[in-house]
Amino acid sequence: MDDMARTLEPMIPALRRYARALVRDRSAADDLVQDCLERAIVHWGQRRVDGNPRAWVFAILQNLFKTRARRIARGGAHVPLEDADSGALAIAAPQEEQLLYKQTLNALAQLPEEQRAVLLLVTVEDLSYREAAEILDVPIGTVMSRLSRARERLSNVTSGEARPDGAYPQLRSVK
Amino acid sequence: MTPRPITDDDLHGYVDQQLAPNRTEEVRAYLADHPEVSARINGYVEQRERLRAALAPIAEEPLPSRLNLTRMIEAQRRPRGLPRWASAAAAAALVLLGGAGGWSLNSVSRPAAAGIASLAREAAESYAVFAPDRVRPVELRAADRVDLVDWLTQRLGRHVAAPDLSSAGYRFMGGRMVATAHGPAALFMYDDDHGTRLVMLARPMATERDSVMSPLAQDAVNGFAWAEHGMGYSLVGPPSAEILHPIADDARRQIAHDI
Repeated sequence: MDDMARTLEPMIPALRRYARALVRDRSAADDLVQDCLERAIVHWGQRRVDGNPRAWVFAILQNLFKTRARRIARGGAHVPLEDADSGALAIAAPQEEQLLYKQTLNALAQLPEEQRAVLLLVTVEDLSYREAAEILDVPIGTVMSRLSRARERLSNVTSGEARPDGAYPQLRSVK
Repeated sequence: MTPRPITDDDLHGYVDQQLAPNRTEEVRAYLADHPEVSARINGYVEQRERLRAALAPIAEEPLPSRLNLTRMIEAQRRPRGLPRWASAAAAAALVLLGGAGGWSLNSVSRPAAAGIASLAREAAESYAVFAPDRVRPVELRAADRVDLVDWLTQRLGRHVAAPDLSSAGYRFMGGRMVATAHGPAALFMYDDDHGTRLVMLARPMATERDSVMSPLAQDAVNGFAWAEHGMGYSLVGPPSAEILHPIADDARRQIAHDI
């Protein structure tokens, strides 16, 4: 049991970061993390002992997100980027960098969800390609192609950042 | 010796620092000779750094108190600690109890149709319908366990847990929702190496909200049923009562711990 707490607790900041980058809204993200931790606690005995517990917990979070995303898509609880309260992605950095970060995050939000997940797991959460494949329940080849497309698309979007928002009408939510 | 050709996967592996040291060197040498590829890859390295830096502050925020792990573990250990979703169900149950007025624990006044016996009968009926099905015995398979439990929990309005019966040699196959005379119920199915299947049925109980483990025998199946905190459970299957009893006890322990 103490082993469980010792393993899970250090993961919480990264789980929050991943969840927030997926759903953007702070309280929705923390809901997701809370549910994820509750599940991890209950099912701790059922994880594979030889596997990476971090990948296991991220897989729980990913599955919860998938289920919830479907519900949110139906319920329309989506938070448009412009309306997201500034605290939801509060960043303590010099103004110039803040702008750069904001652009990066906005570009990230424009990626298709499956590409965004791969990119985050691999580049931000330091999971191996194999672990990312397990978490997303796809073959490793799919992880590689999504990663490749995500990077290409992200650099296209950031280099075209100066263009008006209307340049990506297909990615805007329509109310 | 010519090195192995560089692939796109190598380039991404280079960006993510996932290559073996000697391969990293080979990629580095390749990039030195190919400035256009190098520009693209450097762009990806920069992109990676920026993404990490932009999201780093989130991981440095103090954790909200609801993510206090120690408290969460304690809440799970406390058998009566109700998770968030249960408060509404508990309130509804209180209203129901209040409405029943003179309802007592006297077994004579208890409507048998809504009790443990009818739950056990429903489990046996579900077994007869779904267990012989070789094509689609369950609607959501074991791999979708989280989705399945989420879905059933939502439909039943109560937390539903699928116990792990692997210590008795029964693997979790998956489950589905079934209709009973008392509303939706969760069905979980298990099988062993010989293809013997067990079915567990769970649904909220209007009466007999807590009941001891009771045996039942109906047609070709044996089984046990019990209720705890307003949820009724029944485990049925072809093995003898002597074999099923400890499995049902184990399931009950797990569910009590889960809730």
